[in-house]
Amino acid sequence: MPILAQQSLSQPTLFQQLVFGEDPGLLVTFIYSFILCATVFAGLVSLVAMFCIWWERKVAGHMQSRIGPNRVGPFGLLQSLADGVKLLLKEDLAPDAADHFLFRLAPYLAFAPAFAAFLALPFGPDLTFEPRLNVGLFWILAILAVEVMGVILAGWASNNKWAIYGAMREACQMVSYEIPLGISIIVGVMSAGTLNMVQLGHLQGGGLHTWLIYRNPFVFAAFFVYFIASLASNKRAPFDLPESESELVAGFHTEYSGLRWSFFFFAEYGAMFVVGGIQAALFLGAWHDPFGLIGAAYWKLMLPENYNVAALFALNCIAAAIFCSKALLIIFIQMWLRWTLPRPRIDQVLYACVKVLLPLACVLLLGGALWQWLIPERPGIPWKDYNPFNFVQWAEAGFTAALVIQILLMLIGLAGFVATISWIAYAAASGRNLKQRLTEPAPIDEPSEGEVVAT
Amino acid sequence: MSFSVLAQSDISDAANTATAVLFYLFAIMAGGSAICVAVSRNIVRTAVALLFTLTGVAGLYFLLNAEFLAAVQLVVYAGGTLILIIFGVMLTSKSPFSRFEAKLGEVVIAMSLACVLLFALVMGIVRTTFATDEFPTGNYPIDRLGQVLLGDYLVPFEVVSVLLLAVMIGAAYLAKGRRREGEEGAARSGSLSRQAREWS
Repeated sequence: MPILAQQSLSQPTLFQQLVFGEDPGLLVTFIYSFILCATVFAGLVSLVAMFCIWWERKVAGHMQSRIGPNRVGPFGLLQSLADGVKLLLKEDLAPDAADHFLFRLAPYLAFAPAFAAFLALPFGPDLTFEPRLNVGLFWILAILAVEVMGVILAGWASNNKWAIYGAMREACQMVSYEIPLGISIIVGVMSAGTLNMVQLGHLQGGGLHTWLIYRNPFVFAAFFVYFIASLASNKRAPFDLPESESELVAGFHTEYSGLRWSFFFFAEYGAMFVVGGIQAALFLGAWHDPFGLIGAAYWKLMLPENYNVAALFALNCIAAAIFCSKALLIIFIQMWLRWTLPRPRIDQVLYACVKVLLPLACVLLLGGALWQWLIPERPGIPWKDYNPFNFVQWAEAGFTAALVIQILLMLIGLAGFVATISWIAYAAASGRNLKQRLTEPAPIDEPSEGEVVAT
Repeated sequence: MSFSVLAQSDISDAANTATAVLFYLFAIMAGGSAICVAVSRNIVRTAVALLFTLTGVAGLYFLLNAEFLAAVQLVVYAGGTLILIIFGVMLTSKSPFSRFEAKLGEVVIAMSLACVLLFALVMGIVRTTFATDEFPTGNYPIDRLGQVLLGDYLVPFEVVSVLLLAVMIGAAYLAKGRRREGEEGAARSGSLSRQAREWS
């Protein structure tokens, strides 16, 4: 039911038709969707988390002139799986002086919200777990706010000073950074006029200049405010004070080991993907490519005479790939920052929030509201309601100013993107020789078979 | 969520059963953890039980298609208020396991008050006829909610925001007053500002 829901309301999905025949009945559909939801959900979150952990280690390795995990599987891809097995086999320890019930509960409280937030992420036009969730974006924010509860409880229940310090930092950091996070999202939402993640995606289907980030300068700035605030609310470096290793041993999860410890990491990397996904869906055009091809193809396929389930399914798969790569790109930037920037003190972190980000976000909110009033953006869904590349039509509809500004912002954004990419490419190319020199091992003489090696 | 949509899209037994099962699940979750809130003597455990109560009520809102209310419930109560409660406990409590020790008199007063409240609620629920026919089906359009809140009900909305502003000014005043005291008594070993700096 949730996946490909627009079809399944009237008719069962393609896969279901294959398995159960033409008309499976509502009970079968319900059980099927429940199982699908549970397995795909659990699988997706674990897969995302495991991939991100591997990637984080790989990125960290390359930034420190190392290779990173490369033994288990191709490129070390299965390293997370091996670590998972290792963690499963470890003893489930709880300190004697801890509050045992809360200590055991906390990892689940941290993990479950990250899991539930995937409900509203738009992987494709029909590939959302719950496309009719009208408050999708707000739902994700609400559920991620609950995640903090698990972290705070973990620190508190451990009955350990470092853990409590970590939990307290998490609490004050999260409570303060939620405000600029929410306000910067509102700036984007004001320009779109909806909180439904699927509608947000459809609105941005007409190529790069219809992406929400380029709608007006205030949304463009809100994108960066959101990114910084999301780093802090996700306790990612440079705002990883709740678990700062240099002062607090491991912060809130000092006392955890084994599988319970790994739940916190699943939660963290799941939440990273969710936060990146919000950013991709709200600002960066969701599942759409920069040329508006997916949107054009989708609305062409949705016409009654062209309706084709198989083609629609393929389109959704491509859309999901695009969406995931956008979210992963943002995760890569998060990792890049983590291994580049030093960690500020907690008072600096709170100063940055209350005295810099919060006023900035409020100014952006005000500016965005005034902008809506003075230079309104073109309403409607591209390709369905209007042709985004027919510039004469834009002018006829009276949106010349909006179009000019959108294209101008698009060029600025594009220039920034190209500059960043070429910078990374340059760094990777110039660092290549350096890395080989540092890590190339000295040649070892292989001992011949008869020879006894003296140690 | 999917179940609420199920209930409205196909009026059939399976959908109704699913809705009923979920209703009882959330109701038991909310009611059971509410009892834990009242019974537990450890304040942090009380807060955790309250989290489950609030989440259960949010689930009930979802079943009623009131998605916005459910999300607000989560973000304001579960994500905001509860964290502040625990934060307050962390800053003030001497040990993680401080317990309520209620005196007999307090128990008697609280019980009698609770009984009166329960009686009033039960009488109120029994005597009211609920208009189930006007129940909104389908997802509530959230943009309409915004228009109503900032259009028809603008005055109550603004009055509430003035109240919140007053609370914020009061909090800032209290915090500032305490810091001044701390600066005057800086010679004392544990001034609050220094303590705060040490903690952070």
